[in-house]
Amino acid sequence: MAKITLEHLRHSYMANPPTEADWALRRLDIDWDDGGAYALLGPSGCGKTTLLNIVSGLLKPTEGRVLFDDLDVTDLPPDQRQIAQVFQFPVIYDTMTVYGNLAFPLRNRNVPEKEVDQRVRQIADMLDLTDRLDSRASGLTADGKQKISLGRGLVRSDVNVIMFDEPLTVIDPHLKWVLRSKLKELHQEVGRTMIYVTHDQTEALTFADRVVVMNLGEVVQIGTPVELFERPEHTFVGHFIGSPGMNVLPCELADGGASIEGHRVTVANASALNEPDGVLEIGIRPEFVSFADQGLPVDVVRVSDAGRYRIVDTRLGAHSIKLLVREGESVPSERAYLRFDPERTRVYCDSRVLT
Amino acid sequence: MALELRNIEKRVGAESHIYETNLSFVDNGFNVLLGTTLSGKTTLMQLIAGTDKPTSGEVWFRGTNLTQVPVQKRNVSLVFQQFINYPNLSVYENIASPLRVAKISRDEVDERVQRTADLLKLTPMLGRRPDELSGGQQQRTAIARALVKDADIVLLDEPLANLDYKLREELRDELPKLFADRDCTVVYATTEPTEALLLGGHTALLNQGRVVQFGPTSDIYRHPRSLLAAQVFSDPPINTASVQKQGDQIVLSESVSWRAPDRQAALADGPYTIGIRPHHVLPRDPGGDSVAVEGEVLVTELSGSESTIHFDLAGSVWVSLARGVDTFKVGERATLYADVAHALLFEPDGALVAD
Repeated sequence: MAKITLEHLRHSYMANPPTEADWALRRLDIDWDDGGAYALLGPSGCGKTTLLNIVSGLLKPTEGRVLFDDLDVTDLPPDQRQIAQVFQFPVIYDTMTVYGNLAFPLRNRNVPEKEVDQRVRQIADMLDLTDRLDSRASGLTADGKQKISLGRGLVRSDVNVIMFDEPLTVIDPHLKWVLRSKLKELHQEVGRTMIYVTHDQTEALTFADRVVVMNLGEVVQIGTPVELFERPEHTFVGHFIGSPGMNVLPCELADGGASIEGHRVTVANASALNEPDGVLEIGIRPEFVSFADQGLPVDVVRVSDAGRYRIVDTRLGAHSIKLLVREGESVPSERAYLRFDPERTRVYCDSRVLT
Repeated sequence: MALELRNIEKRVGAESHIYETNLSFVDNGFNVLLGTTLSGKTTLMQLIAGTDKPTSGEVWFRGTNLTQVPVQKRNVSLVFQQFINYPNLSVYENIASPLRVAKISRDEVDERVQRTADLLKLTPMLGRRPDELSGGQQQRTAIARALVKDADIVLLDEPLANLDYKLREELRDELPKLFADRDCTVVYATTEPTEALLLGGHTALLNQGRVVQFGPTSDIYRHPRSLLAAQVFSDPPINTASVQKQGDQIVLSESVSWRAPDRQAALADGPYTIGIRPHHVLPRDPGGDSVAVEGEVLVTELSGSESTIHFDLAGSVWVSLARGVDTFKVGERATLYADVAHALLFEPDGALVAD
């Protein structure tokens, strides 16, 4: 087990990257505490796979260092880093039994048979595989096979970190929650450092205590699920996490306050509005907008029924503002006024929240 | 006169893919087919398109029997889950291709391609080839090709299934608007209840080759005719349990019972099945007539804007769906609050009781 530190990390696949956009990772400093459950979340092309490969040792970063506890492993190959990985597709030996598959990573490292047996039975018990131990792995369903992959990742007691790369891709949507439950439980039981890489926000937020959100080769926020929902630090986080995503509206500053199209809006970070230089926007999630007797004058243009709530699309001039209305609450027909919850309304400058 | 399926049946060998079905779609409307994989959605689409023939029964469109009309002579457009485009043609030529076949004048082709590309936000990509586009843009190209030829019937078979969730959200929002003013009947297949709700229009619920219910989407969601209809149209799954009506009480277990709401007060005593949607079971007491139930938490899934709590209630899995971020540990005992005023009651045979 280990604490993982990524120090001033930068990486480019080009020899002499001419522009900032040619860096797959622009600059990263992350500390992963020993025993934590983390996720790396971002759309395809955001740099998360590059980062994963740097941690596992498949890729050497152009700049910066990787530390496991205080040991610099930047130049160590993968097999000397003591890492377990679980991939998208089950990596198992079809001709071996479930027992043989689980025992393989231990036997491969010459662990005494007595200890192998003890570990295999312990892991099989956690994964509800005990009664299948003597079956051929080839006879299992996709989720059964992926459980073995998880088990192979967990069976070694000497690993520094277990990394999961989109591990539930092949699992039937109706069964995903069962494996998500298993993964959470396993982390609670073994307390090992785990890093889960995914583009799916539900996967990331469900698994991790802290989520690293990436976009365009940069970390845009590291936070708990509550923080990412309630206090997005970057407009990308507001957009990418949550459905529908955060409303982002151009704004102006005047007299120490913010306004949209000339209408004053009370914001949570008013004290930070000191002559910022850049593009200014207000961000507010649809969950925190409501209809009121006065406020921002809008036209209601469309109502979509999601069953448990309705998504109301309104227009303020050229700007769209969405809000959620609970089942049973009424929606004004044309002209209406909106209230933004002041605690949940923030001003962003060049996409980053002003602090 | 609309698109109609009259006594249609499809058998392959001894297996029935579609049992005898009568369905009259809404003319010029947005019609959704909702059901799991293998429920018969794709088979129905193929019968409408003419790429497959029914074992018995007829397909009618606006007073014409199409059953013997070959696929090329039916004015039908198709969009599939996989993005299907001509890889060696530009986006412009891909969109234009159905018009080239129909020998339409050059000027009119150009006018229609430009208009359709504009609608689908593809104008800047017209000169590119499909492999230079993102997945979302490739599917937009396929949808543009389906729109450009002004087909009478447009069939969309899970068109968003291969897109990541943010792109899915964006296109799902646009699709009903694209078809709103067009003279065509749309049939859209999906496995996702929330997608069906947000698309609106009318929905046919499919289960194992039978149409369980058909009607305006919001109506049949709120007034399912049977337990099966409620189950097909619920994501996460609707919570069910056996209950007894005894006098003015509805009894779930020794420790949990409540006074029957007025609309259920006159029911005869005896066994029923209760159905209660996940968003009517909450982790915090909403007040009113809610009833506390206790269970062991299996997992809490977080989507960013909602929390889905799976818990074990006396041996069956129940699900709570709440706004915001609520986390419980796996294995924790939790009290949840069921808003029984919104519960549906079904007869032992599954029929909804008077509502």
